[in-house]
Amino acid sequence: MRRSLSSVRSPLVAELVEALAVDRVDHNDLARRLFARDASVITGGRTGVVCFPTSTEEVQACVRVARRHGRAVVARGSGTGLAGGAVPCDEPVVVVTTKMNNILSVDTDNRIAWVEPGVINLDLTRALTPHGFHFAPDPSSQQSCSIGGNLANNSGGPHCLAYGVTSAHIVAAEVVLADGSRAMLGDLTAEPAGYDLRGVFVGSEGTMGIATKIAVRLTPNPPALCTMLLDFATVRDAAMAVSGIIAAGVVPAAIEMMDAAITRAVEQYVGAGYPIDAAAVLLVEVDGLAGSVEVERAIIERVGRANNARTIRVAANDAERALLWKGRKTAFGAIARIKPNYYLHDTVIPRTKLVEVLEAVYEIADRHQLLVMNVFHAGDGNLHPLLVYDAREPGILERVHQAGAEIVAVSLAAGGVLSGEHGIGLEKRKFMAQQFSADDLDHQNRARRAFDPDNVMNPGKVLPTGASCGDVQHLDTMPEGVWL
Amino acid sequence: MALSTALESFAEEVGGIDAGAVCVRGGATRWAVGGAPRADTREVRAPRGIVSYEPAEMTVQVGAGTSIAELHDELAAHRQVTVLEGPAGATVGGALAVGRNGLRRLRHGPMRDVLLEARYVSAEGRLIKAGGPTVKNVTGFDLCRLHVGALGTLGLLGQATLRTRPLPETMAWFGGAADHRVVLGSLYRPAAVLWDGLTTWVLLEGYGVDVEAEGLLCGRLGLGPSDGPPELPAHRWTTSPADAARFPTDHGDAGPFIAELGVGIVHASQPQPAQPPATGRHELQQRLRHEFDPTSRLNPGRDPLGRE
Repeated sequence: MRRSLSSVRSPLVAELVEALAVDRVDHNDLARRLFARDASVITGGRTGVVCFPTSTEEVQACVRVARRHGRAVVARGSGTGLAGGAVPCDEPVVVVTTKMNNILSVDTDNRIAWVEPGVINLDLTRALTPHGFHFAPDPSSQQSCSIGGNLANNSGGPHCLAYGVTSAHIVAAEVVLADGSRAMLGDLTAEPAGYDLRGVFVGSEGTMGIATKIAVRLTPNPPALCTMLLDFATVRDAAMAVSGIIAAGVVPAAIEMMDAAITRAVEQYVGAGYPIDAAAVLLVEVDGLAGSVEVERAIIERVGRANNARTIRVAANDAERALLWKGRKTAFGAIARIKPNYYLHDTVIPRTKLVEVLEAVYEIADRHQLLVMNVFHAGDGNLHPLLVYDAREPGILERVHQAGAEIVAVSLAAGGVLSGEHGIGLEKRKFMAQQFSADDLDHQNRARRAFDPDNVMNPGKVLPTGASCGDVQHLDTMPEGVWL
Repeated sequence: MALSTALESFAEEVGGIDAGAVCVRGGATRWAVGGAPRADTREVRAPRGIVSYEPAEMTVQVGAGTSIAELHDELAAHRQVTVLEGPAGATVGGALAVGRNGLRRLRHGPMRDVLLEARYVSAEGRLIKAGGPTVKNVTGFDLCRLHVGALGTLGLLGQATLRTRPLPETMAWFGGAADHRVVLGSLYRPAAVLWDGLTTWVLLEGYGVDVEAEGLLCGRLGLGPSDGPPELPAHRWTTSPADAARFPTDHGDAGPFIAELGVGIVHASQPQPAQPPATGRHELQQRLRHEFDPTSRLNPGRDPLGRE
């Protein structure tokens, strides 16, 4: 039986209950523990009160009540983030958007839909299918991640190669600011006057406010597509083929690469027909009008063969296409068969440097006696080196940490960046100074401060300043479910 | 001069807070957008020239003072282009600062997405880097988006890393008296669909085989080969795509017009009436400007809120 809240209600909780409803404000130990984590390896977060608003007005009320009681505010969608962006520090009010999950309107004349932040990514695309459209960003967590979370993290996915990351698909957003007021950022007009407030808000990881209504762009479904699997005897050949495809002037909808270890694991897991003796496979998809799909298929075959592709398999129908993608999208389930734990990075490198950086990644893993698997968005150079390990092995966490830091350093030295789609959150704050000068970071902080002068919206995230989060620890437990 | 040196010289020329009001001059082709610079403002110019270009990367790093024409000449040698457009003489930095899209936005997206990394001089005279050089990047806050269309009021752009795209194999205009909404709904990713209340024009781009197939479809819809639209009227209205498609054909306040369907820009003969300010937006604008330029020394007189 659930304990009555009234007997232990603090003034903070009482005011939140007053503003929302008794069954949508939670501060029992179970809820506070549950909402102290996201899908990252980060533990030690500390939740104050968990709120489930159902309207913009209720989100405004949550922010105002939190401020009156000197608490920070942390917004949270489905909790699938991989960088600790939604891990609460110092007992804030956690505003969970999962009950704001209505698709408010589909406006094909303007090619947008207004949605609430808790709408699940894949649910949105399914709702758009009868209209002939989809929502282009497709993170591997798309069955469970929310549009609000996609907006906060500027999320990616395999098909962002041709279609762009989430920022390109957010037209406007109504947001609640740190003082509880609301603002409309962007609008449906072609060139809204003033600064692109929408643009800087997308990807701000909840530090500038909470989006409560979002206008997403609708992307027309392509009339034709072709999905191909190319396999190679060396990682170098596969990486050269990626560069060759881009250099040939083809920007496919997606180019995904999987190395030998992950290909074998996936094949044993789902039986997608991946060649288990391959050193690397490429999953390439082109879409568009039938004519160009055929032209680009031929170019990719030619580039593949020129780079020693052993076999090139073209999906003959939707079922075969779905199976090929299933292998890619369930890669992380497959890893559990090898080791119980894994830790991954999300760096991006110039795509012409895939060969040298991948070789460096293998060398780093070897030197630290770690198994590394690579399954990633090769077309845009977005690496996901995945260090698999068993946390019970003494001393291994230090090696995983050290190897990860070296992989980041190698990526930056090659002209890359820290994160392609997972964001900075808590996890990568410590690396920010490797990519940006103090002056650069000061300017990022100025943008944040314009939105949140008192640093109360998700404090301590992204920039290496702010809340202490002294209790937070990395890597000490197994992630419960991780996608990338 | 190596560009890093050129950037440093640019920063030195801009100077710190004490160096007074300063504006950056590109081609001055859209000098009055958002208001002309205040008369007492000292002019500076951003570095010119292509710093690095890796065609297989599909990115180019260029001085902001470089003309778009010069940049595109270089890219064309590798059959690439950027989404930037502007009148003859317009510069990369100017086009980004003004933030106006070209006619092909329907297929290629807005120009605000073209800027991957910016190096700019702050109001304090410091060189700041925003964004990153790779085609995908979510590291830190996306300051690049803020600088596109900011008319140089948040920092003076010195160097930009831009996304390029392949030049289309072929392109062709079609035109005629077809139902403009049917045309827009029937074609897959045309580069532009324009309408003046009577005639609809379509720009197709891409592989020859696609343009041929969509051209046949245009024929079935009542459109024939065309030289494209006549010269665009002088003023620029920004509306929603739906409003552009139902723009009053009696011309109303706009005078003769050509609307960009699916986008929402309407090129009209009269200026657009002032629009009501959006909820909460004005105060955020002011706070941002104050954070980045507390003494309003960068491009004073130019207001991104008044771009027409």
